[in-house]
Amino acid sequence: MAGTLRGSAPFLFVSLGECLTEKSGKINLGLEGTLLTGAMSAYAISYLTGSPWLGVLVAGLAGMALGTIHAWLAQQPKVNDVAVGIAMIIFGSGVAFFLGKPFIQPSAPQLPVFELGAWSSIPAVQSALKISPLFLLGLAIAPVMQWFFQATRWGLFIRAVGDSPDAARAMGISIVRVRTICIILGSFLAGIGGASLSLYYPGSWSEGISSGQGLMAVALVIFARWNPIQCMYAALLFGGAQAIGPALQSVGVQSYYYLFNASPYILTLAIMIITCSPKRTLTGVPGALGTNR
Amino acid sequence: MISRRNWRATLEPVCIPVAALLVSLVLFGLFCALAGANPLAVYAAIYKAAFGSWFSFQNTLIRAAPLMLSSLCTALPALLGLVIIGNEGALVIGALASIIVGLPLVPVASPLVVLMAMALAGIVGGGLWIMAVGALRYYRAVNETISSLLMNYIAIALLNHLVGGPIRDPSSLNKPSSFPLPDAFLLGDIPGTRVHYGLIYGLIACAIAYFLMRHTTFGFAVRTVGGNIRAARIAGLPVGKLTLIICFLAGSCAGLAGMVEVAAVHGRVSASLNANYGYSSILVAFIARQNPLAAVLVSILLGGILASGGILQRSLQLPDATVLVFQGLVFLVVLYSESLYGRLAIFKPQPNKEKSDGNGSPRLVGSAAGNHGGNAAG
Repeated sequence: MAGTLRGSAPFLFVSLGECLTEKSGKINLGLEGTLLTGAMSAYAISYLTGSPWLGVLVAGLAGMALGTIHAWLAQQPKVNDVAVGIAMIIFGSGVAFFLGKPFIQPSAPQLPVFELGAWSSIPAVQSALKISPLFLLGLAIAPVMQWFFQATRWGLFIRAVGDSPDAARAMGISIVRVRTICIILGSFLAGIGGASLSLYYPGSWSEGISSGQGLMAVALVIFARWNPIQCMYAALLFGGAQAIGPALQSVGVQSYYYLFNASPYILTLAIMIITCSPKRTLTGVPGALGTNR
Repeated sequence: MISRRNWRATLEPVCIPVAALLVSLVLFGLFCALAGANPLAVYAAIYKAAFGSWFSFQNTLIRAAPLMLSSLCTALPALLGLVIIGNEGALVIGALASIIVGLPLVPVASPLVVLMAMALAGIVGGGLWIMAVGALRYYRAVNETISSLLMNYIAIALLNHLVGGPIRDPSSLNKPSSFPLPDAFLLGDIPGTRVHYGLIYGLIACAIAYFLMRHTTFGFAVRTVGGNIRAARIAGLPVGKLTLIICFLAGSCAGLAGMVEVAAVHGRVSASLNANYGYSSILVAFIARQNPLAAVLVSILLGGILASGGILQRSLQLPDATVLVFQGLVFLVVLYSESLYGRLAIFKPQPNKEKSDGNGSPRLVGSAAGNHGGNAAG
């Protein structure tokens, strides 16, 4: 339980960011790099200035910077957005490791937490219910994003661009501009997700900190059928799946530790196999996703 | 064929990647300058570490061998229009399969037999692994990029599980690994060098792939499917079968790379096996524009860059992630350069002036067709 709530915060942000990006019809695999860069810059800024909230902001801005590169590059003619994503993973993690080298040792001020577990005398419950305001923020963003897609003019624009670029063009919307904004904002959210990794849980900066969560978020969005509310539930589920391995180890099950660590990947693959079919398209999939339009 | 009429079009696929590499070198120099290092010193260090002497060039070649093999894992499916990035997973599975088959054979068979069995196991293991991705793509329409990516993580988890438990050598305490292959059973070096025979495997595999894809009906069928899948279906090509075969071939190359790493470099299977060759080889395939022969050259180049990581750290106090930044920059610039094909006026075939004067249009059509034919041949 403890791991579920805490481990799902980064998933929540990255998947919401990816959801926004994919709704506009482009895919951003590079959020893994964004997550790492966000984690690094949040930690470094928090350490250098002593203000974790400034760190969160800078993490978001760093994410936006990477997002700008991706948005520009992925919309060039004949350029495959998936390949750009892989390049951005390499570049983003390279930048994060390069600049983050001096910050592996020192400990930075962490974000404050709400001690919702103070009523209990059991330490495990107390640590489990240390809820970060960042996590609550993520929970709040999900329904807002849902409402945004459903009920606002801009939400309609994004859905139109993602589902049917031709119709959007007929409406007089600039496809490039909408997608650019979506990708950049999505990367902003992913950067904040990185901040929650380094400033909340596990709460330190190391090179293995993201462990592929940025990539899993891509699968998570598919699992959630491009719906922000379902992204929220899926993030909780994935966070839980990731907590299984360490939890089993703590109760003495040693042997299948690594296989349980892979359970989120196996789960995602299984879900993709079950939900995909050549005969019908997925419900909820943005029409232009994966096509080069 | 290079003739006077189409030399500009022939030069295009050579000049653009080279220019992209140069631009990324400049960008990387800027990055180093911002980080407080002298860019020229960094270039010099990379060059020295990669190609400066026969000794370091051999290091480069050792790293280039697995890159060549596993780059085919991305390059071959790309001809079908699939973006597969499961190189790392197939490499790991190939390594695991080869050690699981090879170790029990050590007491009963001669080194040559053991190595052949290991190579076969690596080929089959890696091949089946990527073929599964292809099957999922064809039968269930699962996005091949994401499924191959997920399977990388599953393969690495399987590796960690197996070397941590079932096939663990109890004497490997702080770094779990499998039982080692005896020295006599290791893949030897090419005479007169420190470079193992894996390099030859890589060269042969790339040559075969090139021939298969460019000069056989099979390759033509594959490229037709990649060009227009509906036209290919109407023409009666077995799209599913082609997908499975290509994915198997692609995975088997990466699996062979895994076997080479085990049998020639590490001598055993451990977590150090996933040394990011898989991801670097995706880069190789993209720079080489899916051309297996170009992949050989690019692998050597990238092998050199990889080999220079340690030197940068020691002589210039730059973190080893510098190489990662460089790779990322090269990748980004190369991808951007993809969009430039056909957009730069200098590479456009020039209409022949004295002929196209007067009644231009029929002449122009003829010359365009001639140039196109020249392109395909060149």
